[in-house]
Amino acid sequence: MRRFISSAASAAVLAALLAGCAALPASSELDAVAARAIQTSFSERGIAKLDRIQQDLAQAACSSDKAPDEATAARIMAEAKAGVKWPAGGWYIGDFREGERIAQSGRGMTWTDTSTAPSANGGNCYNCHQISKQEISHGTIGPSLLNYGRNRGVTDLLAPTAQPIIEYTWMKLYNARSYSACSTMPRFGHMGLLDENQLRHVMALLLDPRSPVNQP
Amino acid sequence: MKHAITAAAALALLAGAAAAQQPAAKTGADAIAEYRKLLEDGNPADLFEARGARLWTDKRGPKNASLEACDLGKGPGVVKGAFVELPRWFDDAGKVQDLETRLVWCMERYQGFSAAEIAKTPFDRGEMANVTALATFVANASRGLRFNLPQRHPQERQMYEVGKRAFFFRGGTHDFACASCHGVEGQRIRMQDLPILTKNPGDGVGFAAWPAYRVSAGQMWGMQLRLNDCFRQQRFPYPGFGSDVTVALGVYMGVNAKGAESIAPSIKR
Amino acid sequence: MADPMRIRAQVAGSNATVRVLMAHEMETGQRRDSAGKVIPAWFIQEVSATHNGKPVLAAQWGPAIAKNPFLQFTVKGAKAGDKIAVTWKDNKGDTRTDEATVA
Repeated sequence: MRRFISSAASAAVLAALLAGCAALPASSELDAVAARAIQTSFSERGIAKLDRIQQDLAQAACSSDKAPDEATAARIMAEAKAGVKWPAGGWYIGDFREGERIAQSGRGMTWTDTSTAPSANGGNCYNCHQISKQEISHGTIGPSLLNYGRNRGVTDLLAPTAQPIIEYTWMKLYNARSYSACSTMPRFGHMGLLDENQLRHVMALLLDPRSPVNQP
Repeated sequence: MKHAITAAAALALLAGAAAAQQPAAKTGADAIAEYRKLLEDGNPADLFEARGARLWTDKRGPKNASLEACDLGKGPGVVKGAFVELPRWFDDAGKVQDLETRLVWCMERYQGFSAAEIAKTPFDRGEMANVTALATFVANASRGLRFNLPQRHPQERQMYEVGKRAFFFRGGTHDFACASCHGVEGQRIRMQDLPILTKNPGDGVGFAAWPAYRVSAGQMWGMQLRLNDCFRQQRFPYPGFGSDVTVALGVYMGVNAKGAESIAPSIKR
Repeated sequence: MADPMRIRAQVAGSNATVRVLMAHEMETGQRRDSAGKVIPAWFIQEVSATHNGKPVLAAQWGPAIAKNPFLQFTVKGAKAGDKIAVTWKDNKGDTRTDEATVA
């Protein structure tokens, strides 16, 4: 019995030693190894340059399965809000028909695209969101935007009561991190994906009472 | 005149009856599943598998040799079962390799091809197209088997951790990470269901479905091309063929898929 | 010479079901390359099949048929051991014949 116990004990010690030899490096070292792997695995092609894998705070802090701490999250949101550019002339609303076209298009900014001009880009909106009732080919990564303006009580775009919703929506589209530090939604204004006019059209799609999105 | 009216009335009745008998509306997911079932028989991947089988035994390259000495992880020349244990560490190469990088390594070692040249070749051209055919052949030999990637070697475990970090890395103009689409259960982009890849998404799903024949493109896609196109849509710069990130992601997804049944080579929309 | 077809022929009752996969680009002649030049039409125009040497199928195809096309048909009275041969001819004059035995 004693011999059995001592060989079991030696086996346990041996196993622990072996496990120790094969232990992983510390998490921070793995972070460094991974960062190096990422930096050396990509090359530029077409309009896609290597600056695209240089992360800003909003990207770096949101690159794990764990949310960033409160202070970092607050900083991301504050920086996002501060960077929002309001539209010229205080003119927020464009044409909802153009907005639908922009929402339907997922084009632009890949290495097979030829221009970084926003006019070449779509908004990718239907990839993630339900928007109008008519379009059944929509994604579920983001919440449904059906009846967006209607649900928020927007009946008259010129009424003072509509203004807070209009400004909130503009900030969401310009830089969604203003309200959600690690939002999955691309930063359409901040990253130059859509220009002022294109954003106005998307605003109209969402908020114009005549838009198909806001029909009962 | 009376006959014409009667005939028209009869037609209208028939049309009405047909409409009334219409079955309950299918969901989008049902319809897509039906479409895929219809495509299953006669998967053009079979053509690539057949070519891959010939390429495995044909004497080719500057050394005029076959690939039958190639060790895919289960011993020299052993093809069955190799696919569901890749990527893995290889002593002779001194690194963790996925299916395609291992094939290219063997093509250089045994047949005298240039691995660097192949890595630069576009996916549907020259020797790179042959790599895809070979990958289809090797994957097919493990059809129905379950993923069981080894995680014994420290490099295998390290690559899992690198893959995990790469999976959550947000970048590009749109701030997308792999996790943006594949980090949550039950999402879809437009009408395309997105498998969750942070854990086992189920038999024949995600990692367990590639290589696959893409009907809409008429192309055979191995995992390297699948990842390449993911990064393109994430608006990242260009991932090198067989680069560390691509192999590490394969380790991460493959280990997470442990126990899932492989249906590769499968067929996709 | 084009890659071989994959032909499977299986007994089904008193007939045989034949499934054929053909490796062919099936270019419609309507597409343009990245330089804007038309990619020339290149597609299978004729398909024929024989059962123990006797013609059983003749088809005329055009550019509407998909790339790497799949064809399935039933041969009446075919038995295990019988030979099925399938031939295709394309608009460039290329041709391919492959054979299978009914299982």
